[in-house]
Amino acid sequence: MFFDPANFRHPAFRQGMVDTLKVAPGIWAWGLMTGVAMVQAGLSPAMATLMTLVIYGGSAQLAAIPLLTAGAPVWVILTTAFCVNLRFAVFSLHLRQYMMAWPRWQRLSIGYFIADLNYVQFVHAYPQPSEDSDGQRSEMAYLSGNCFLNWIGWQIASLLGIVLAAQVPLQWGLGFAGVLALVGILCSLSHTRLRVVSLAVAGAAAVAAFGLPLRLNILVAIAASVAVCLVMEQTSLANNEASS
Amino acid sequence: MEWSEIFTAVGLGVITLVTRCFFFISDRALPFPSWAQRGLQYAPIAALAAVVVPEIVVSQGTLMTTWQDARLFGAAAGAGFYFYRRGKGQAVLGTIIVGMAVYLPLHVGWGW
Repeated sequence: MFFDPANFRHPAFRQGMVDTLKVAPGIWAWGLMTGVAMVQAGLSPAMATLMTLVIYGGSAQLAAIPLLTAGAPVWVILTTAFCVNLRFAVFSLHLRQYMMAWPRWQRLSIGYFIADLNYVQFVHAYPQPSEDSDGQRSEMAYLSGNCFLNWIGWQIASLLGIVLAAQVPLQWGLGFAGVLALVGILCSLSHTRLRVVSLAVAGAAAVAAFGLPLRLNILVAIAASVAVCLVMEQTSLANNEASS
Repeated sequence: MEWSEIFTAVGLGVITLVTRCFFFISDRALPFPSWAQRGLQYAPIAALAAVVVPEIVVSQGTLMTTWQDARLFGAAAGAGFYFYRRGKGQAVLGTIIVGMAVYLPLHVGWGW
């Protein structure tokens, strides 16, 4: 957690912040447009501010906006957000091997802040979990710095977007910068042939099943893609992959 | 702001916490079959693609019917730059900047 001096005095904290800066302009533009979009959709500035500060999840907020303004039941809004956030649950399964070295309150207090970018940069910086406590401290310090700068930048940008909502036309589409940041992250993850297959199958399935309610298309896409990749792993393609 | 709105916002905040911590909330050992271990190679990119790809190719609830959409060209230019630049640093930042440099003129200027 970034309030802990053991983390923010550690050199890895700074490295984590430096890495966040590589993607920051996209994240800030996305945060700004999420703030603008909430107010322009008809939410009060107070509600938009509360959502920004409490939810801290651009894709879930954007999915919730039309449901909120249409007066959808609360369970529909929460279930939709859960499906949109399913990718974080997948990330948490991977992060578990790093996290279990820490007590639960520490896991939860940093876990809340781990957005897409933070997960990808963290596992890139630390491909294997450390066995010793020095290495684990370095991991936690890096993750804290990486999450801290992303969080503070997102919050400032979103609040600015709420204030400037009347001045920034949504039609400009500046929010597309957030999609592009995720496209860059997808590219950085697609470094084996089967991962490219995974991307393609999941993308196609998510579009094909887009008509499902509650964003269940995301659940369908993950299941279909992992199943296809696990089957393909057994075939000759996997052998080529191993030898290339 | 009504109580129901506050309740919904707080509920969504809880969803953020629960999904981001999902598999490390409990202290108990997690049975981890080998297929799940292997699936972890492919699940993160699939989960992200399932959110991102529709953002690029879906319009009004279905697959777009025209190729004249600035999102396609912006995303293609951004991804193209990434693979051109891969391994030389700042690839993701370049993806965002090159993608927006293609997207904005087409979208704002051309109206795609």
